[in-house]
Amino acid sequence: MTPPILAVRNLRKSYSVSVGAFAAASHHATAVENVSFDLERGETLGIVGESGCGKTTLARMLMRLIEPDSGEIDYRGENFLAAKGSKLRALRRGIQMVFQDPAGSLDPRMPVAAIVGEPLAIHEPQLSRTEARARIIETLAAVGMEADALTRYPHEFSGGQKQRVGIARALILRPEIVIGDEPVSALDVSVGAQILELLAKLQRDLNLTYILISHSLPVVAQLATRVAVMRKGSFVEIGPATEVLTNPKDPYAKSLLAAVPEIPA
Amino acid sequence: MLDVRGLTVELPTERGWIRPVNDVTFTLAPGETLGIVGESGSGKTMLVLALMGLTPPGARRTGEAWLYPRSSNGNRSGTDNSVQRSTRRTDLTIANTEQIRAIRGREIAMIFQEPMTALNPVMRVGAQIEEAISVHEARVSAADARRRSVAALERATVPEPELRARQYPHQLSGGLRQRAMIAMALAAGPRILIADEPTTALDVTVQKQILELLVNLQRDLGLAMIFITHDLGVVAQVAARVAVMYAGRIVEEGPVQEILRDPRHPYTVGLLRAAPRLERGKVTPIPGTVPSLNALPPGCAFAPRCEFRRTECDERVPDLRRVNAEHTARCVLVAAEGALST
Repeated sequence: MTPPILAVRNLRKSYSVSVGAFAAASHHATAVENVSFDLERGETLGIVGESGCGKTTLARMLMRLIEPDSGEIDYRGENFLAAKGSKLRALRRGIQMVFQDPAGSLDPRMPVAAIVGEPLAIHEPQLSRTEARARIIETLAAVGMEADALTRYPHEFSGGQKQRVGIARALILRPEIVIGDEPVSALDVSVGAQILELLAKLQRDLNLTYILISHSLPVVAQLATRVAVMRKGSFVEIGPATEVLTNPKDPYAKSLLAAVPEIPA
Repeated sequence: MLDVRGLTVELPTERGWIRPVNDVTFTLAPGETLGIVGESGSGKTMLVLALMGLTPPGARRTGEAWLYPRSSNGNRSGTDNSVQRSTRRTDLTIANTEQIRAIRGREIAMIFQEPMTALNPVMRVGAQIEEAISVHEARVSAADARRRSVAALERATVPEPELRARQYPHQLSGGLRQRAMIAMALAAGPRILIADEPTTALDVTVQKQILELLVNLQRDLGLAMIFITHDLGVVAQVAARVAVMYAGRIVEEGPVQEILRDPRHPYTVGLLRAAPRLERGKVTPIPGTVPSLNALPPGCAFAPRCEFRRTECDERVPDLRRVNAEHTARCVLVAAEGALST
């Protein structure tokens, strides 16, 4: 058996919360508490939970956008949390993120070519202008966009097209792991379905490993091979998607499943 | 009770007039819930804003929207019988400011997706509900208004209603704020409640509680409800009848269960196939995007995305055709002999 691409052990993060402007003492609110899991190459781990459960904090720690208080992240057999400088940069480009709000995550003053190409300028500055342009066009094509998008600005696109641009930006460095944080939550149903289909196709074509974070069990069900249910900073259940989505063991996971407004068959 | 005929809302834009609401016809009976389903830009919110007299400045409204008076024995507990209500029907599209003010809150109330847009952040929750009562009943005493505002919170299943009445909106959780807004909307005893995506911003477990609350209140108070949502699963839980909107028009209308089981408009079919379910890989997107209201095709607005498109679809906008006594669809695929005159 091949080792996991990402091994997460006892990840923990708390924030100090001051009770009022003049409060002498503050207390600690735990955002993520003892989260551990292995991510296998090529799988999709869905992480579901309600607002405030810590799923976004967890995602940000996996990107090292937030430093955990304690715990370990092992990526490609290396200690990701201890990595510095060029080693950190090299590891970091392997894990990319797609955000919920495509409008908010794309710089409105930059044309699509600059938005999608920006990570290349940072991580592969040796590329010539022609080579970079070819990579940008190739990546846009992979997400179903034409080269005429290059000179256009985010506001000229629909929500679904903006999300395609966001996905292209995440893919341009050819990452191994893509973390989607509510990637279809801001989109209409018919457009969200297009993005889910695109994500499934990209995973097959590019052999990607996904972590899909969502508040919606039906959305997670579309892509996940494994599902973790998160509550108050911890995984209360993790297992194969078919089991967690049909026959959860944990009481909270059960109540979450029961609350889904299902379309009657 | 509410009879909407050919309601059209036009808005001026730099590229000419657009019609976010286009020739919409429906009726609402006392105690009935009508679900209105559509994606962004379908016109579902503009439709109900037009009924509340809340269209943006510069908008043109045509068509009719008749609100019929309460039947003489229609008084319910919690409403003030001493106030004179209109005994004649009112056309909401041409009602003047004074008439609309008398109707808003008193006859038709509205709740929104984000309670903070409806609640005043610097006013205690109880005081806001008291205001909603006293604005319609000038003679109500302060003590009476206070008592009724606490009772309204209690009816909206707010725990510890006396305490919550003294708090500010930011001290309440999202679910409690939504309950407080429902309490405020129902405080003046309206007959019709318009709910615009009231659970979209909530967690699913809270959404479930709010949907149950609305269904219970509707039954206990005999309310009629117009429930706007993009979620077909939610509509199945609250409504008996549903209207599906696309690019400003109703494209299909009928009993919820029948439409979910046997949709007749290709857009409704597409929406059902695109909605994620708990089973994996059951999602089929609708190709293309919603057309801009500035550049609608001459015929059926859905034709460019439709797998059943025929030449006649592009010639003129199809009429609403009758599938059966209760079910209509604006599609040429429905047998022509059932055509409705609209």
